[in-house]
Amino acid sequence: MDWLPLLGLPPYASIAERAWRLCFFLFCGLVLLFLISPILIVIPISFNDSSFLSFPRDVWSTRWYEDFFFNDRWTTAVKNSVIIAFFTTILATTLGTLAALGLSRPNFPARAAVMAVLISPMVVPVVITAAALYFFYANPLVVTAEPAFILNNTYVGVILAHTLLATPFVVITVTATLTGFDQSMIRAGASLGAPPATVFRKVILPLISPGVISGALFAFVTSWDEVVVVLFVGSSDQRTLPRQMFSGIREMISPTITAAATVLISLAVLMLVTVELLRRRAERLRGIRV
Amino acid sequence: MALAETANFMTIDGVPLKKRLAQAERSRKLKAVGLVAPLFLFVVLTFLYPLAVMALKSVTNEETSGRLTRTGAALAGWDGQGIPDETGFAALAEDLKAAQQKREAGEIAKRINSEFSGAMSKFKGITRKVEAMETGPYKELFLSTDKVWSDPALWRVIKSVSSRYTPYYWLAALDLKQGQAGIERVPADQAVFIDVYTRTFWIAGVVTLFTLLLGFPVAHLLATQPARRANMLMILVMLPFWTSLLVRTTAWFVLLRTEGPLNDLAELLVDHRFEMIFTRFGTIVAMTHIQLPFTLLPIYSVMKTIPPSHVRAARSLGAGPFMAFWRVYFPQTVPGIAAGCLLTFILCLGYYITPALVGGPRDQMVSYYVAYYMNNIINFGQAAALGGVLLIITMVLYWLYNRLVGIDKMKLG
Repeated sequence: MDWLPLLGLPPYASIAERAWRLCFFLFCGLVLLFLISPILIVIPISFNDSSFLSFPRDVWSTRWYEDFFFNDRWTTAVKNSVIIAFFTTILATTLGTLAALGLSRPNFPARAAVMAVLISPMVVPVVITAAALYFFYANPLVVTAEPAFILNNTYVGVILAHTLLATPFVVITVTATLTGFDQSMIRAGASLGAPPATVFRKVILPLISPGVISGALFAFVTSWDEVVVVLFVGSSDQRTLPRQMFSGIREMISPTITAAATVLISLAVLMLVTVELLRRRAERLRGIRV
Repeated sequence: MALAETANFMTIDGVPLKKRLAQAERSRKLKAVGLVAPLFLFVVLTFLYPLAVMALKSVTNEETSGRLTRTGAALAGWDGQGIPDETGFAALAEDLKAAQQKREAGEIAKRINSEFSGAMSKFKGITRKVEAMETGPYKELFLSTDKVWSDPALWRVIKSVSSRYTPYYWLAALDLKQGQAGIERVPADQAVFIDVYTRTFWIAGVVTLFTLLLGFPVAHLLATQPARRANMLMILVMLPFWTSLLVRTTAWFVLLRTEGPLNDLAELLVDHRFEMIFTRFGTIVAMTHIQLPFTLLPIYSVMKTIPPSHVRAARSLGAGPFMAFWRVYFPQTVPGIAAGCLLTFILCLGYYITPALVGGPRDQMVSYYVAYYMNNIINFGQAAALGGVLLIITMVLYWLYNRLVGIDKMKLG
């Protein structure tokens, strides 16, 4: 009878209740399996020696990893992804954090409307954003005359587009951190003689840093994952890792995509751990115990 | 009394306190606005403005209005009955000649062809003929070349595309067209887009429903387990959430293939290989997998706030387990369900990559057609109008989300 507490049931639970509870656990287990197994199943396939996408039968090999790490096509893609994601993260985190700080000031005018505008790039279907940016980049600033410069097929164009898609995440995470932020700390700092810059560096930043860092991670991941904008406004020079995987599936089904997927899964685990640690730190700082 | 007294307080430099406070308040507000301004301007300039430019493209005759100015002027007085007189023919001839010199006559022909099929070759033929002629009269030449030039319907199309703005793309995006008697439906064999929208809504709806059915019990489990175990299980939900969309799509692409591991298993069990890749089934399974955390997490965070004592109280008052769940627990989770499902539905409407990689030709959603008209057909007006319809639908749902949930309540991770 000692399995009853395990099911979270009181000792007087009826047979039907126990059976129902068991079914519930079984169902949840299957859903969790459905969530995790597709991701895990790619990993052994990436070590298959043959060029078929199946489980390794007898020979295990790392040839697809060699292809991933040493083939120009993939290394260039990784390099491009890192460059674009790096600048996107910096730009999006700066713009998003500043905006979140402004928005969280008491009685900010038309807060809801401004917030809705700032978050909208996240909600608008990315194909529409990409198409609009393609037209815009062909001739920024003016509609009719000959374009002064063109942003299509440039790194700057892709970075600006990714920044646009990434800032909503930064705004959301930093705003969430700031909801528990005591505004009188700023006044306290100022009354003790600290100039605004020092208050920001010594008081505000340490308190909101978990939100800023997880916002930065979201910004990084947004850019790192993004493929539609790159398809529309980038050229083969801006070919990123997701772009390369996209054509890897579409054009030539190379098992290297499974090696790439495995590397990206390891990265996701790393991010997950970081975010979890940050969340705990934030809760500690805000004095919330779970 | 107290208020009146405060009004008379002075600061040390002789300014009424009330005024000083207002000043301080204003400068604080300005500072806050200043912090938001860079991002706000960035979004307006590189997002809202491009969207406006795209909206303009969807109602503009970009390919023709600038190139058929003479024709437009000449046909301005024509009532659309019968065929125009010599001035109309001459103006079209001159416009075609000018366009041909700049090698742009093909663009005009292509645009008119989209509304009057078969016009492409007629235009090519007549352009070659008028090029050889120095001066008119042209009407004779047109009519003797092809009898299509005596068709008033063609001339009505020419007149309509020579104007600056056109409702054509928006009507076409809704499977409508401008008929002689007003707006009418296009013939059934040409009506494609309503079908695409229905399909998009259907897929988004089914995926949302599945994520709710799968996500709700798991959210409940996570919310009611002891913290340590819940955290462990949460990893299983969060790992897919942090894994690249391309990786998850790749995984499903590998899994669903006819030679893939799932079919290996099926062959072992039931000795049959199923067709799963490039099907509606595959698309829905992959999208459900990708969207599941988005539906689950808002429901989970609402469930966390429901005290377990509520259900216990209901039970102690004599409610059965189902009644206690249905009348006490479930109603409290509705805000979470609304938030999660609405978010998933909005995101599903815009799916492009996953259906493109694991779906078949009959499973492509609106976004695919926007991309198709942009990159393959190079018909920007049509792409813009198709996207415009999708954008309006999304914005209405976004507004609803904002009203029901509140954008600042959105939680990530």
